[in-house]
Amino acid sequence: MDSPGDKWVGQSLPRFEDAALLTGRGRYFDDCGTPPGTLHAAILRSPHGHARIEGIETAAARALPGVAAILTGEDIRATTTSLVVGVKAPMECWPIAVERVRYVGEPVVVVVATDRYVAEDALDLIEVRYAPLPAVTDPVAALAPAAPVLHDGLKGNLASERRFRYGDPEAAFAAAAHRVRIDVAYPRSACTPIECYGVLAEYDPGEDSYDVFANFQGPFSIHAVIARALRVPGNRLRLRTPPDSGGSFGVKQGVFPYIVLIAAAAKACGRPVKWVEDRLEHLAASSVATNRVTRLEAAVTADGIITALDWDQLEDCGAQLRAPEPATLYRMHGNMTGAYAIRNVAIRNRVVLTNKAPTGLNRGFGGPQVYFALERLVQRIAITLGLHPLDVIRLNLVPTAAMPYRTASGALLDSGDYATALETALRDGRHDELLRRRDAARAQGRHYGIGYTAVVEPSVSNMGYITAVLTPAERKRAGPKNGAQATATIQCDAVGSVSVHVASVPQGQGHRTVLAQVVADELGLRPQDIRVVTDIDTAKDAWSIASGNYASRFAPAVAGVARIAAQQLRARLTRIAAPLLNVPPEDVVLAGGKLHASGNADNALPFARVASSPHWAPGTLPAEDSAPLRETAWWTPPELTAPNESDEVNSSLCHGFIFDFCGVEVDRITGETRIDHYVTMHDCGTVLHPGMVAGQVTGGFAHALGAALYEAHSYADDGSLQTGTFADYLVPTAMEVPAPIILHHESPSPFTPLGAKGVGEGNCMSTPVCIANAVADALGLHDVTLPLLPATLAAHLHGAEPNAPAAAPKGERLLRGEGQARVNAPREQLWALLLDPDALMAIVPGAHGIQRTSPTDYTAEVTLGIGPVKGRYRVALALSDLDEPNALTLSGNAAGALGFGQGRGQVTLTDANGATIIAYRYEAAVGGKVASIAGRLLDGATRVVISQFFAALARQAAPQAPWWQRLLQRLGLRA
Amino acid sequence: MKPAKFDYVQAEALDEALATLRAEGEGARIIAGGQSLLPMLNMRLARPAVLVDIMHIAALAEATATTETLRIGAAVRQAALLARPSLHPLLAAALPWVGHAQTRSRGTLCGSVAHADPSAEIPLVLLALQGEILLRSARRARRVAATDFFTGMMQTARHEDEMIEAITIPQPRTGEGYAFREVGRRHGDFAIVACAAAAHATGVRLAIGGVADHPAARELPADSAQWDDALDAFAHALDARDDLHATATYRRQLVRKLGRQVMQEAAACRA
Amino acid sequence: MPRLSATQRHSIRFTLNGTPVQGEAEPRMLLTDFLRHVLGATGTHVGCEHGVCGACTVQVDGALARACLTLAVQVQGCEIRTVEGLAPAPGRLSILQEAFRRHHALQCGFCTAGILMSLDAFLRAQPDADEAALRDLLSGHLCRCTGYAPIIAAALDAAARLRETAHA
Ligand code: FES
Ligand code: FES
Repeated sequence: MDSPGDKWVGQSLPRFEDAALLTGRGRYFDDCGTPPGTLHAAILRSPHGHARIEGIETAAARALPGVAAILTGEDIRATTTSLVVGVKAPMECWPIAVERVRYVGEPVVVVVATDRYVAEDALDLIEVRYAPLPAVTDPVAALAPAAPVLHDGLKGNLASERRFRYGDPEAAFAAAAHRVRIDVAYPRSACTPIECYGVLAEYDPGEDSYDVFANFQGPFSIHAVIARALRVPGNRLRLRTPPDSGGSFGVKQGVFPYIVLIAAAAKACGRPVKWVEDRLEHLAASSVATNRVTRLEAAVTADGIITALDWDQLEDCGAQLRAPEPATLYRMHGNMTGAYAIRNVAIRNRVVLTNKAPTGLNRGFGGPQVYFALERLVQRIAITLGLHPLDVIRLNLVPTAAMPYRTASGALLDSGDYATALETALRDGRHDELLRRRDAARAQGRHYGIGYTAVVEPSVSNMGYITAVLTPAERKRAGPKNGAQATATIQCDAVGSVSVHVASVPQGQGHRTVLAQVVADELGLRPQDIRVVTDIDTAKDAWSIASGNYASRFAPAVAGVARIAAQQLRARLTRIAAPLLNVPPEDVVLAGGKLHASGNADNALPFARVASSPHWAPGTLPAEDSAPLRETAWWTPPELTAPNESDEVNSSLCHGFIFDFCGVEVDRITGETRIDHYVTMHDCGTVLHPGMVAGQVTGGFAHALGAALYEAHSYADDGSLQTGTFADYLVPTAMEVPAPIILHHESPSPFTPLGAKGVGEGNCMSTPVCIANAVADALGLHDVTLPLLPATLAAHLHGAEPNAPAAAPKGERLLRGEGQARVNAPREQLWALLLDPDALMAIVPGAHGIQRTSPTDYTAEVTLGIGPVKGRYRVALALSDLDEPNALTLSGNAAGALGFGQGRGQVTLTDANGATIIAYRYEAAVGGKVASIAGRLLDGATRVVISQFFAALARQAAPQAPWWQRLLQRLGLRA
Repeated sequence: MKPAKFDYVQAEALDEALATLRAEGEGARIIAGGQSLLPMLNMRLARPAVLVDIMHIAALAEATATTETLRIGAAVRQAALLARPSLHPLLAAALPWVGHAQTRSRGTLCGSVAHADPSAEIPLVLLALQGEILLRSARRARRVAATDFFTGMMQTARHEDEMIEAITIPQPRTGEGYAFREVGRRHGDFAIVACAAAAHATGVRLAIGGVADHPAARELPADSAQWDDALDAFAHALDARDDLHATATYRRQLVRKLGRQVMQEAAACRA
Repeated sequence: MPRLSATQRHSIRFTLNGTPVQGEAEPRMLLTDFLRHVLGATGTHVGCEHGVCGACTVQVDGALARACLTLAVQVQGCEIRTVEGLAPAPGRLSILQEAFRRHHALQCGFCTAGILMSLDAFLRAQPDADEAALRDLLSGHLCRCTGYAPIIAAALDAAARLRETAHA
């Protein structure tokens, strides 16, 4: 251990985690067993984007054997307190709908039963009556004065607005040779870990305390939020996490509203309650990244130097502002100038609420949204000024000599040599060759383009950055918030073996391996000698509100503090060993499992003997060293100060640098984008484990590629969710994700114990816009929207369609259709049928219990089915515009477990030599479950149902006419 | 996300399965590989009263070839057929696009035909090759041409008391050429447009999936100079719709452009 | 076989990784739930329950199957292999598992069991599989952590080593 070459840190050791995970012995949430008597919860969720709850009928569900409890929003409200909201605004945030639903998937009723199957049976028996309200899903539309308001206390949907000004942006713009502007809308996507949420909660009425086991990832600031919602002090909420987590990427922060919900259910039942989120629940209502509408303008000199930026960001947080939102908008606040030295910045930040799922932590957290605007703008600047994009980047990069560099908005860029990293990437990433490939492809008429991006990747968040959402005066009143805590505990047991505990929650980052390497280096042991425990128990462990696993803090902060704890332990070991070795403590060396005198390896003691001595012979040790060896270290970087009077904020401690470039080809027929060559250069400071760093980069790259090409969390205008399954929310597979070329340039951070910076999120920031820039280059596009749908790109390539039919109005989601049938009966007979409830009962497929509520209004229970898909609906039908016996309008609506719909159809009856041609034309809108999970099939399914109706009508009118049945079949109508 | 309750019958003989279908009517569903049905059960989109498992009926597990036709029993899995040493070139080209290896190993060809998803590849091939569907109920057996079988979105000519016993596909004929292309968002996704072509001496039969409510086929002239107009007419006739993943225009354009490529390819391999 | 009633539990027997096992289940119980919660074999994971993610992939009579798209009653009498059956002995890893560890082909490990089962079956049938074939196979699995590159590398490495041991 005397030469740096001997260090464990920096080696790609096989991970200690893997033996268990590869053999099926991982211990994820749902593998961990439950206390005797545990009940299982299922959650009924809103099918509507916006509706008033008019009544909830639960009697039938309660009567189902095995059902223990049924809880509505009112029940939860009675035993909990609203979750705190991150801005000063009069609104509440419940983990379950109270009075109103505001997004598809919002919990409405919790059922607790003996097992999940029975709990879901009970959900089927619950009837919720909704009065649909107009929904708003577009953030710009949500600001309109006439827009439906989500939270009445707020008056409108604007939850927060702040303006910031750094330097003198007005003067810079006035003096600028060019003003270049870009308008972009960044879509919603989510990281969708393969393991969903899980919560197991118990309540002890004697102690008024909760014991919760959940795959929550932190930050543990949320512990305070949960305890407050459950109306207990923090010491009566024990929160534990399982040893393994099936991925998170930020998303499992969002489990906390469910912790409150399930804990409240456990209290109500007096039994432990477990809930495992399923994938449909996850896609509808877990935690997605914000979508953001940004207008960004740059002041640029004649030769391409950017002198000022003017940001206008409109952040869409969905239906609720859940802690820590609107943090997504402020996480990058110190980095709004990216990798560039731009001294003048104006920012307007607005947060708006819409009828979509609430947002939360997702890998990249705010970075993708910022860099998509900034790096698209850089490309636009190059085009406007006739420069190469690389030249614009080079001209504006923060110079190496300026490090550490204070940005205009207050971030302190800790280290880096951006220019060298960029040039190295071009050289080692074979940029020249890429240019030749592009030219060759273009010469053949192929659509090939190159994109570039330079970004700064922040890590180790300042807990205080979010207070930038408050005015300096509000901050003063609330008291300062800042900093980042990390803690690690190392102990030696009675045989001198070493255990490490950190307050982090790993989700696959190999914490146990890296920490063992770090500690082994300090203690002269082998990593396999060290046992690392990474789950958290808030009742027993050292932790702080900053604990957890987020903001890429593991390598820079957690691994760093483990080293500090190991150093503290080493100091005690050397003090104990020094008198025994007859040397001063500073001459004791730890190496090879021994403590020996410097320069004399024979004068040595086994590590285990020294490490265990306070257990066995405390009396022989000086008082200050007689306690067993257990060292807890805390680390907080002084650089993370609170936002100042001028709203300058050092939002993160470390700033890695990424420079990406890529070549893509767009297929001229299909419009599909193929990544031909992708180079990503990273400066993440000191690399602790190259294999794992590569894994973070390829993993982040895959998430980013998904966001660029495939993934979007989509809603229809009426608030219906359109991506409710993994068949519609498209996660890229091994067929879609190429391997990027990864390069490194190391500039250790002066601010972290090991010189490491975060690396896991950067590609989520750099890659989407790099691909977008390349596609813009390939097709000469001015505006690019993600994800890059082949259909959209193909429209540019194919040009106008020959004799295209009239397009449906944009954004319109009505299903339309028409059809006709010939019926061997006179018109009058058909007319009479339509106005006769008994006949209608026979006509409406699967109808029963038809009632006539007025001469022209009917209600019925109807079973509708398409293939195996069958559901029961309550249907109301009305006849209007009666023009006997020529025409009428039939309108109706239906609601049931699979969804709801409404439609209108014009029906005309034309005489054809004694027979009748019945023709219809309809418009229908369908929402709810079936729209979320089988949207692809809706149109055809609607056609089937409507044609079934008319086929039945024809059959009823002319029951003895088998010849037209054959005709109907030929028309595609089944009789 | 768990299925609602249902009874389960593991039929050992065809008669047993048919008797249950007859007794239960629409409450019964056949389960073969289950790769289309299980997601619907899990999501409670489908709620049959009884599932009739036909995978243990030995007679259904066979695929038999004559010089004229390939007959594929209802219990023949997609992977099993794909592993056959000689397979109709169009089936061989299309089968790898059906789901993924992990679902083809369970899913059956007849199950896909019965499900009649408008984007599914096997119905498309059946239609392109003018295969037949052998339906059987407790009372009778009948053959339906693929052209008449697919009637709408997940709608077929099968009656409630019938099950598909087998499908038959004509063997490749000399002088014919075949080609298949598919575009989806990701590999293994539902087709946005899938094209299957069979070229013969007097024309090309082109079948398109993923656009209309059910796969559709047309005979196009052999003379490629007439293809543009014919494809344009076909594209319009399919009544393409917008959805989350593609626009109607895109679908029509792919019918024109991919359709042409596939026809060319099929014509080129007429040997 | 008699009709199994929806409302009752029925005895299900099969062989799990070579050992006969038995448990009770309603006809509607998914094989995932049966393996994990009736038999306690939690190595098979659940990521979507609609057949897309591949986390639940197991082998039924040697063929791949999504356990979430399989009913426990359907595998009566079958031979099931799961990730728990891959290692040659406790404390040892198979060639494929070793390759995964060497190449850091797993991070959270949640998708891994299913991927191993697919590769195990595939490499046995096609020991000469190239990268394109492996990517095609793996497209039946979603991994959110690794970006797939290390999985492909591990699979190619394992394939090469398996060929060597087969020839040795
Ligand atoms: S859990 Fe079975 S495929 Fe996802
Ligand atoms: S390793 Fe986490 S999902 Fe694959």
